[in-house]
Amino acid sequence: MDIFVQQLVNGLVLGSIYALVALGYTMVYGILELINFAHGEVTMIGAMVALAVIVPLLGAGLPVALVLLLAILAAVAACMALGYTIERIAYRPLRRAPRLAPLITAIGVSIVLQNAAMLIWGRGYISFPPILPEGAHQILGAVVTDLQMVIVGLSVLIMIGLTFLVERTRLGRAMRATAQSREVAELMGVNVNTVISATFIIGSALAAIAGIMVSAYYGLAHYYMGFMLGLKAFSAAVLGGIGNLAGAMLGGLLLGVIEALGAGYIGDLTGGFLGSNYQDVFAFMVLIMVLVFRPSGLLGERVAQRA
Amino acid sequence: MRNGPEWLRRHPGFAYGLLAALLAVLPFIVGAGLGKGWVRVLDFALLYTMLALGLNIVVGYAGLLDLGYIAFYALGAYLFAWLSSPQFGLHLPFWLVLPLGAMLAGSFGALLGAPTLRLRGDYLAIVTLGFGEIIRIFMNNLDQPVNITNGPQGINLIDPISIGGFSLGTPHTLLGVHVFPPTLYYYLFLAFTLFTIFVAMRLQDSRIGRAWAAIREDEIAAAAMGINTRNVKLLAFAMGATFGGLAGGLFAAFQGFISPESFNLMESVMILCMIVLGGMGNIPGVILGAVLLTVLPEALRYLGDWQRAALGHVVVDPNDLRMLVFGLAMVAMMLFRPAGFLPSRQRRREFRAEDGVAEQEQASLYDAQA
Repeated sequence: MDIFVQQLVNGLVLGSIYALVALGYTMVYGILELINFAHGEVTMIGAMVALAVIVPLLGAGLPVALVLLLAILAAVAACMALGYTIERIAYRPLRRAPRLAPLITAIGVSIVLQNAAMLIWGRGYISFPPILPEGAHQILGAVVTDLQMVIVGLSVLIMIGLTFLVERTRLGRAMRATAQSREVAELMGVNVNTVISATFIIGSALAAIAGIMVSAYYGLAHYYMGFMLGLKAFSAAVLGGIGNLAGAMLGGLLLGVIEALGAGYIGDLTGGFLGSNYQDVFAFMVLIMVLVFRPSGLLGERVAQRA
Repeated sequence: MRNGPEWLRRHPGFAYGLLAALLAVLPFIVGAGLGKGWVRVLDFALLYTMLALGLNIVVGYAGLLDLGYIAFYALGAYLFAWLSSPQFGLHLPFWLVLPLGAMLAGSFGALLGAPTLRLRGDYLAIVTLGFGEIIRIFMNNLDQPVNITNGPQGINLIDPISIGGFSLGTPHTLLGVHVFPPTLYYYLFLAFTLFTIFVAMRLQDSRIGRAWAAIREDEIAAAAMGINTRNVKLLAFAMGATFGGLAGGLFAAFQGFISPESFNLMESVMILCMIVLGGMGNIPGVILGAVLLTVLPEALRYLGDWQRAALGHVVVDPNDLRMLVFGLAMVAMMLFRPAGFLPSRQRRREFRAEDGVAEQEQASLYDAQA
């Protein structure tokens, strides 16, 4: 039972990070029907920029809280600019092109960002300085660290904020309208280009925060870290029903929990034949099973077949 | 040939003869002009052409977005390695192992297709991607409790292809000309590639090919016209996978060594890029895409030399810069030719992952643009 609660906690922490990244995928998909393959790399850039701020400023003796704040601001700003630029350069010119064309430029951008990061920050792992509080609490037999609580808490806050933005504000209404029909939204006076740029900027800001969380949680950053994270987050978005915000949140949390439980229990389930190195197999199996029975994801509203 | 001189266009026989002669001497020209390493690049270009043509059946003809195609390549390669290396002490001849590998991959293709029949577009993409990852993870971890795949180390000492005692894995002197293994494999791969092209062309114009085009354009209308969409889709997956398995077996024999590293998601993605960049659904386009994306990363190894020539010294390590430039080139090429270099003529319209009124409207906009 202790293992179960512990894995559940670990899964929720990982899952809330997945959810933040998945939101970026799903927002872009909802509006453009485009898989933004470069989104995982934006997460990585967020982590890298934050570390590039943290390490020298700590060396300069600034207080930890101020350093962290500056790092988050710098990473978020850098990623927002990056997200905007990617959309302008790689996706906007292809808006009327065949559907797979922007997918290919997305992959190209992803390769460019990975290699640019490798050139700037090197091939090695960059460690996250141990500046965060390391307190831990016993909850229902599981150990929960302060950092884990901060990650989950902050993710929940951001998700509430995003939901408010999309459901209650003028920009949110414009986004929903654009997602339903770009042409009609345009006719109603919505500046579609601004809305799309805003979507990329918001998604990238979330990615930046998720990137910092991942590198703080694992204590590492690496130029290749965005790839797997992006893949998982995209899977999470699809699991929840791509294009659906609540779906991305649910899918992210579920995928995190499934993975953690899979890692904890797959050995027992298969009589020790498969070890925890099969946790990804487990996650993908669940994903495939879910999609077989619910072809549009858990909360996907759009019916796959035309009526 | 469309851009060739008028005379060649009026004499297609001569044009094909010229092409055949060029392909026949290509490894010698390339080997002498660019170095022996480039003959290997040629071999890989042929392998990737086979893979791209295979995936083109699934994506280009039937319109099913498959991001796990490399799994079939892996299955073919691993089967070849199991049956023809010291791993299990088996050394079966290639003419037995290659078809077996193709069949194994083909049946896995149908196996993957079966549960995904209801899925469309990006949902299908993620399931195929998951399938590819599952296969790779199994290859990576099945070294215990029973050692089947030898884990991340991969399988070594795979038998080269040997035709009637004539091994392609050792250098030979033929008619006074010294020929080394990559050149020998070039001819073998060329033969298989031509076979693949032939099958792909015949498929496209066949009853099945038209059924694929129909389900690609509108699945419900296709079903209403009496096409058994389930069987036709499964057939697309199986056919595509078969070519993947075949190429995988050839790869294993050529390389003599395989490991799960060679079959990661990025490989699947690159093969998809070849198709889209070249011109989806159009055989010459797909071939062009495959050759271009195989040769470009290798050509970019000269970035160091170019820097020295232009600036007098190497500013950035070419190995670090290579893939960066490659990514930029991919973006630039796609922006320059959004429909691919040689888009298919009958169908400039791209395949649509989902149907819906909005998509239909968008499609007509695309048509107006094209």
